[in-house]
Amino acid sequence: MANKSRIDEATQTETVGHEWDGIEELNTPLPRWWLWTFYACIVFAIGYVVVYPAIPMGQKATEGTLGWTSRGQLKAEMTAAEAGRARTLELIAATPIESLAGNPQLLSAARAGGAAAFKVNCVQCHGSGAAGSSGYPNLNDDDWLWGGDLASIHQTLLHGIRQPGDDQTRTSMMPAFGKDGILTPAQVDDAASFVLSLSGKEKPSPASQRGKATFEVNCAACHGIDGKGGRPFGAPNLADAIGLYGTARADVVKQITAPRHGVMPAWGGRLDPVTIKMLAVYVHSLGGGEDFAAAPVAAATPAPTQTGPAEAGHEQP
Amino acid sequence: MNNPEKLALVEGQPVQLYAKREPVFNKRIDGKFRRIKWAIMVACLAIYWITPWIRWDRGPYSPDQAVLIDLAHRRFYMFGIEIWPQEFYFVAGLLIMAGIGLFLITSAVGRAWCGYACPQTVWTDLFQHVDRFFDGDRNARFRLYKAPWGPAKIARRLAKWSVYLLISFATGGAWIFYFADAPTLQHEFWTGTAAPVAYGTTLVLTLTTFVLGGFMREQVCIYMCPWPRIQTAMLDEKSLIVTYKDWRGEPRGSLKKAQKNPGEFGDCIDCDQCVAVCPTGVDIRKGPDIGCITCALCIDACDRVMKETGRPRGLIDYATLDDAVQEKAGKPPTRHLKLIWRPRTLVYFGVWSTIGLGLLFLLGTRVHTDLNVSKDRNPPFMLMSDGSVRNAYAVRLRNMEGRPREMEITIEGLPGAVMWSDDMSRDQAGRKLVRKVTADETQSLHVYVVAPADMAAQDFAFKLQAAGQEREQDMQDVQFDAPGETP
Repeated sequence: MANKSRIDEATQTETVGHEWDGIEELNTPLPRWWLWTFYACIVFAIGYVVVYPAIPMGQKATEGTLGWTSRGQLKAEMTAAEAGRARTLELIAATPIESLAGNPQLLSAARAGGAAAFKVNCVQCHGSGAAGSSGYPNLNDDDWLWGGDLASIHQTLLHGIRQPGDDQTRTSMMPAFGKDGILTPAQVDDAASFVLSLSGKEKPSPASQRGKATFEVNCAACHGIDGKGGRPFGAPNLADAIGLYGTARADVVKQITAPRHGVMPAWGGRLDPVTIKMLAVYVHSLGGGEDFAAAPVAAATPAPTQTGPAEAGHEQP
Repeated sequence: MNNPEKLALVEGQPVQLYAKREPVFNKRIDGKFRRIKWAIMVACLAIYWITPWIRWDRGPYSPDQAVLIDLAHRRFYMFGIEIWPQEFYFVAGLLIMAGIGLFLITSAVGRAWCGYACPQTVWTDLFQHVDRFFDGDRNARFRLYKAPWGPAKIARRLAKWSVYLLISFATGGAWIFYFADAPTLQHEFWTGTAAPVAYGTTLVLTLTTFVLGGFMREQVCIYMCPWPRIQTAMLDEKSLIVTYKDWRGEPRGSLKKAQKNPGEFGDCIDCDQCVAVCPTGVDIRKGPDIGCITCALCIDACDRVMKETGRPRGLIDYATLDDAVQEKAGKPPTRHLKLIWRPRTLVYFGVWSTIGLGLLFLLGTRVHTDLNVSKDRNPPFMLMSDGSVRNAYAVRLRNMEGRPREMEITIEGLPGAVMWSDDMSRDQAGRKLVRKVTADETQSLHVYVVAPADMAAQDFAFKLQAAGQEREQDMQDVQFDAPGETP
């Protein structure tokens, strides 16, 4: 293109020499400092490439002279977060589980820590909402096989249920009344009628009357004469609305015939003591906990404000 | 008016891509607009430096700083107003108002923001006064600029730059006081115990003030700031701009020439005083210019010259392009007040004031108590051993007052239902919970509501009632789930 540059009259600036429908463009020079800024950016970029990882080399990028990595930074941040939590965890470890309720702040921290640990270790069986399923107890309700106060829950968590190799584990065994021929199928049916009448699922009937006798001889030793269960043996309360393996007639018959026995691992060797303590606090707080100690009802609970309970275990920066 | 030297450059030599800054040595001037500029400058600087030190009593639970942006606790205090993070729309609204306010100002009085109130203008003005104090007025400064570097010049420059730095430090340092209790932070700052971010912010803002105010000056307006570019698109023939009335001033001629040849020359005596006083180095007689921030100092300068030469004032004056046409035709210009009454300005004002009134209305009617309930969905309901059904709710009680308050939550509807929370035993369950909520805080509760066995799934409400004279209350409808079909 022919150079048609000229000096624009109004601004005394030369034009770039192009023209579109009478519109021309001024070739205003850039300010000199802009050039220096540009050079400064180049210098910065060179420095950046030297000190930080920058140039891709196939497997990995060049290592900067600072030795910075994103993984390293993550590790440092995690360590810092752990250090921030350390004090709270120490306090929880040093406080007997029954006295935690006396310290609302510590209790709420423990609950938050327990909630986090629950999501990793317990949801596989008990479900993310701790609602359980058939054979896996619901931890939200007020029906406890082995006890629902903090100490009992703690004990269950530490040693598990029917955990082989743990001599303090909670264990009990219900005879297979039908399968092993202790009761005839008719007797099993009658016993089921009686059990269902206890919780009001069925009306009393001649069958339940017959079942009552069978029950008193075979079942009352563990479940009690009134069917309300016995916690020393983990014998369920048969007179309430909740059944671990279902409350339909078929479920009850099946359980009397060939009972299933749940196993819960002993967490004592797998998780650290503080985590287990926090898990006990969390499970206890799910709405069915028993023996609330020193409940600070109307006291001003220093709630962890906007951060919410999920972050309560971390110290504020 | 072709410049032969420049033309030669274009034809023969490579094009000059970069240009050095033309330094501006603006002359001292006094006049009406300079005095307005002084007043606005003092007011702006005073507001900036004094605001964080104003105290405002909010009681023992809240900070007593009138204007405080408390990032750590997520609170924004402005005199009697306290804004929580979820009310950030107030701040957003203010920012939108500030944006539309700029449009409004531009539409009504042209680039008045640029000329008087913009921080870049205010601080540049301040630094130019420092220049004048150390190096003298225009000619002296120019001579010093041209003079070779020697001990005297170095000493003067160092002294001047020290004052630049001092002002910059005061500017950068004052910023941090808006974000923490000013007296405490001041003490911490000087004893070296303040947060690193305080020192970092001070350092960055000191340097930017030093560079932008001390050296970049008008180049910020011309090359960096987007606002002049936007304004170029907003200005029209009805916009108030600083105008050289060429129909009155041209052809220019010195006093001598004019005396020799009466009637041949216009009012402009070509004294260049308008260029001499310009803080951005513009020659307004060339016409509208992006460098012109409409500070009107050239009007002051020209008015003075016109007075001395016995001619009417206003050869350079605030005028619109329409005025130019009218005046050329011998008609009087439109009154400036009348310029404001045009649709564009009125629409801007309407939008601006609607947002403002809306914010004021929201501010006046907002409640300092809030109840927020979200239902636990996993599990949706829970069968209890006695056959009753329990639902769980995450309840948040918000106390936006600067004092602890007792709050009472009750169940509305759901006959026979009782509730308790995770910090108490079910034995104490009832239809009412009372909690003391800490001043200026939100308290979270996990509330369990248990209803008799035959209760069908239905809606009910939590009602919150705060103790105190206002008896502020809030209510929220929630669902109660139960086994069986949902209605």
